[in-house]
Amino acid sequence: MTSFVLQVVQTLLCIALAPLVTGLVRFVKSRLQGRRGPSLLQPYRDLYRLLQKEAIVADSASWLFRFAPYVTFAAVWLAAAMVPSFSTEMLLTPAADLIALVALLGLARFFTALAGMDVGTSFGGIGASREMMIASLAEPAMLMMTFTLSLLAGSTAPAIIGGFVVGGGVGLEVSLALALAAVVMVAIAETGRIPVDNPATHLELTMVHEAMVLEYSGRHLALMEAAGMLRLLLYMSLIACIFAPWGVAQPGAGLGGLALGFVAYCGKVAAMAVALAWFESMIAKMRVFRVADFLGGALLLAVLATIFLYVSEAV
Amino acid sequence: MQALHFDIAHMIDALVLMMGFGLLYQRRLRSVLRTFAFQATALAAAAAWQAYIQEAPHLYATAAIALFFKAIAVPMALNWLVQRLGIHRAVETALGVGPSMMIGVVLVALSILLVLPVTENATALTRESLALAMSVVLLGLLMMITRRNAVTQVVGFMALENGLILAAVGAKGMPLVVEISIAFSVLVAMILFGIFFFRIRERFDSLDLHYLEFYRGERQ
Amino acid sequence: MTVIVALGAFLPLAVLAIVGGAMAAVHRVVYAGCFLAAAALALSGLFFFGGPAAPQTLVLPFGLPWLQAHFRLDALAAFFLIIVNLSAAAASLYGVAYGAHLPEPRRVTPLFPLFLGGMNAVLVADDAFIFLVAWEFMSLSSWLLVLSEHRSAESRHAAFVYLVMAVFGTFCLLPAFGLLAGAGGGYAFDAMRASELGPVAATLVVLLALMGAGSKAGVVPLHAWLPLAHPAAPSHVSALMSGVMTKVAIYGLVRVLFDLHGEVAWWWGAVMMVVGGVTAVLGVLYALMQYDLKRLLAYSTVENVGIVVIGLGLAIAFKDEGEAALAALALVAALYHALNHSLFKSLLFLGAGAVLTATGERRLDRLGGLLHRMPTTGTAFLVGAAAISALPPLNGFVSEWLIFQSLFRGPALAHWTMKFGVPVVGAMLALAAALAAACFVRAFGIAFLGRPRSQVASGAAEVEGAMLAAMVALAVLCIGLGVVPVTVTGAIAAVAEPLTGVRLPTAVGLGWPWLSPVSSIRGSYSATVVTLSGLALIALTAFAVRRFGTRALRRAPAWDCGHREDIPNAQYSADSFAQPLRRVFGTTVFAAREQVVMPPPGDIEPARFTLHMRDPVWDGLYAPLARVVGRLADLVNRLQFLTVRRYLLMMFGTLVALLLMVAARQ
Repeated sequence: MTSFVLQVVQTLLCIALAPLVTGLVRFVKSRLQGRRGPSLLQPYRDLYRLLQKEAIVADSASWLFRFAPYVTFAAVWLAAAMVPSFSTEMLLTPAADLIALVALLGLARFFTALAGMDVGTSFGGIGASREMMIASLAEPAMLMMTFTLSLLAGSTAPAIIGGFVVGGGVGLEVSLALALAAVVMVAIAETGRIPVDNPATHLELTMVHEAMVLEYSGRHLALMEAAGMLRLLLYMSLIACIFAPWGVAQPGAGLGGLALGFVAYCGKVAAMAVALAWFESMIAKMRVFRVADFLGGALLLAVLATIFLYVSEAV
Repeated sequence: MQALHFDIAHMIDALVLMMGFGLLYQRRLRSVLRTFAFQATALAAAAAWQAYIQEAPHLYATAAIALFFKAIAVPMALNWLVQRLGIHRAVETALGVGPSMMIGVVLVALSILLVLPVTENATALTRESLALAMSVVLLGLLMMITRRNAVTQVVGFMALENGLILAAVGAKGMPLVVEISIAFSVLVAMILFGIFFFRIRERFDSLDLHYLEFYRGERQ
Repeated sequence: MTVIVALGAFLPLAVLAIVGGAMAAVHRVVYAGCFLAAAALALSGLFFFGGPAAPQTLVLPFGLPWLQAHFRLDALAAFFLIIVNLSAAAASLYGVAYGAHLPEPRRVTPLFPLFLGGMNAVLVADDAFIFLVAWEFMSLSSWLLVLSEHRSAESRHAAFVYLVMAVFGTFCLLPAFGLLAGAGGGYAFDAMRASELGPVAATLVVLLALMGAGSKAGVVPLHAWLPLAHPAAPSHVSALMSGVMTKVAIYGLVRVLFDLHGEVAWWWGAVMMVVGGVTAVLGVLYALMQYDLKRLLAYSTVENVGIVVIGLGLAIAFKDEGEAALAALALVAALYHALNHSLFKSLLFLGAGAVLTATGERRLDRLGGLLHRMPTTGTAFLVGAAAISALPPLNGFVSEWLIFQSLFRGPALAHWTMKFGVPVVGAMLALAAALAAACFVRAFGIAFLGRPRSQVASGAAEVEGAMLAAMVALAVLCIGLGVVPVTVTGAIAAVAEPLTGVRLPTAVGLGWPWLSPVSSIRGSYSATVVTLSGLALIALTAFAVRRFGTRALRRAPAWDCGHREDIPNAQYSADSFAQPLRRVFGTTVFAAREQVVMPPPGDIEPARFTLHMRDPVWDGLYAPLARVVGRLADLVNRLQFLTVRRYLLMMFGTLVALLLMVAARQ
């Protein structure tokens, strides 16, 4: 029963928190650039406004175009709800397997890319083909990182890996650092942040994600945007859960433990949001074909992380 | 506490290795030099940390040399030269970035495979740093082979030498480290400028003025 | 024994098709008969798992004069009977309608039952003679089916290459069985299980089995015939060749390596994993570069066979090193993937056949927008594409999840080669899986989405009911096998048990819907729970959007950043979609070179873009081999144009040489 309640809380929490995180990143970024920037709550207002607007669907669009936002949003939402944030005692915790998480994000991507191609415009095609190119390297990197963690902690479930890390089962491992570097690189690519993609751009030839959702409007666009925000939060939760699991309430924790877990989680996510904004302000977007080198690097880092386990640990 | 000390040492070593990969990854000379400076800084940190945990003060000297000489002076000098002589700013590769990084990973695996049986008796802690240092050496060599430009070759050589120093500071009781590192650094500097001026002269012979102007125009 | 009866039914069906081929109705009857026979076989396979799982044997007094024909139905054969006949039933049902659309149905219908019979006979064979005869039956009937469109030079070339490779495969299998039989010469499989192999023979058997069965399955570098032959056949036969015949080859591999041989050394596992990894990555890269829908699917078969081979290799390595539980896990994963692939690949080929029927086109760049005009085909194809891209909650993901879980245990193997090799193979597998998603976004997106790129595509209409029924049935199976994975792995565990010695527990600790084959903390996945919660979230989202937003919707011309573009060819094409991936992977693998000729401004010449790619396997292996054979043939050819006197001279010389040899021996 507790696990069910916590699961519902978690599911609603991530949907409530995701726009705030995006707002925080935008806010910090604009301050760093010397602007006042919009309010922290602006993303909520944007989403609400989009929901109120009439949706315009292209003549050549099929049912898939209208269906895709729901699948995409629900898949990312489900993935985000499965990653333990403040407590590991949740109904879906056993389902939160890293391979399944990667695949759920893959499902969202599959439908987004198809939706991009559905209308039959060149920009949709550009976005879809680039997105799949990025994913073709980012996904293996994620899976190899999973490999490392499963070797290290004996599990592919983030909750158990986190428990292992916090239980002192692992010291400062080189492999862990390499895996962290790999997952951060993947997260940057998958959430479409600079230097891989620019969420703020509408310059046609540099868009990746924005090009796929170019034809969307109204409620469909709202869902796609919300899915993007959720994806950002999901990667932050994942990194927090695996690499910084301190403070997360373990099964059987009382209300105090849950409150501590919640505060710790918010703190971690806020810190990551500030770091992301700072990093994005420092760096320029790279050319599309450099992305392959960047993510190939992430994949190799993840492989290296696995190999390094053999030196340091008696695996 | 001991284990934590070693873990931190390995982390710094791994940082040096990552910078070795960073050197292979970069496509612009400036970024190569900046990455090299980072690597040298990490090396200095590694030496300083070893000085602290081994309680060997002479390693502080090594750290200081690495910091001042390799992390600051050499990159600055090379940068100045690059600007001054108007060298093409892109790294000229004999082998693409992707494949050379892949070979790099193979080399790391190879050095781990080599180090493991040799150091069967040593603790896991020393063999890890030995494997890391050896990987750095091999990556430096790889960089020298796969990058055409004179500057990148010098950087590759110095990266290789960073690996040697890393191996030396990791092992306990290596009193000659300071002298060796100074000697190496001087040698490197010699080679650095030697090759450099040689190659530049070669280049000037073959480049006519029109070609140079073309490059300048592109640079703006 | 019902299996033999059902098998026997294929022969009269073939005769009926030959006799009554002039009447259109006979073709339908034959396909319907095939459907019934295949369904009966699939059911008898299923019943095997329902009942006590004891092998049933049967000895029939035919075959060679001094030998009898042995048949046996054990768990492995029953499992593959299900694999073969689920798709075979669907393809037959499809054939009821599709068979009539073919240009020359009389060249196809009689062979179709024979092909099915051959494949099924391989599975129940219990001695080497029956196995090889059935194997050849399967090869030759499918060869004739490839030749059914004999008027196109492409088909003839494909059939020629196929025949050469089929002969090569049997040529390898024959001595493999000979070695397994050993000195005792027991050609029944029971005798082979009992016989001991010497070290050289043991190695040779594995090599020969890998080459023989591997060439039929399409393992790189023996895959060259597959992407030529599979697309050349009629689509329902392509579905069988790609979806099912490759599985029969996998069956042969499993039968020899796990059952008859029994003690394969771990390093063969390593070899198979590397071969499988290369096959998977190369297969999907090839698939990404194809313009022909059916050829794309054929190359994707190569990829999936690679994935299965990785699983089998891992199982061999685990088994040899005494990790029986992990061996069972890897074997279950590989067999699950074989089952899944047979379903979704058949579905996709049938979908391609429907597209071919409706438009007469296989080239992706002439299709587009078909989801509007062929909604059922399109939706079924979408399910197949999502399943093959390993997306939850479909079946492809479950088997890939299992393979990853067993790969992640790879470092439990003691040997260093495996410790370092397993991560590399894991990276290859992950790469192949991710590229497969890109490949099928491309295939579905270009063919079914967007605007029609040609007249035929805009005039397409949905195909007949029987074809749709076959595709929908397969799509439902793809979903079903994905949503209740624990039930399926439970059944497959019974197959793997006699081969590895351990029965894989499927749901440790967490209970029914949770698939956690090793332990409850190593990792668990529940498609049932994920599907239900996903559906709940979709419903919740839809409700929330309705509650808090507007439902207004307006149709308008596409926005496209203001670039109003009415020419359908200005859409992204198959080629442009592949371009980023071609730049990343193609330059090294295929030596892809792009050449752009841009006329100066003011010139009315069109700009030209040329793309050069090389096939590394063909250029590196087959072309030199063909050159050598050709040169030898040229040498021999000279003998054909000699004078009578020279022929006499040669005969005389041979006679003298033989006499000399006889003299020397005395």
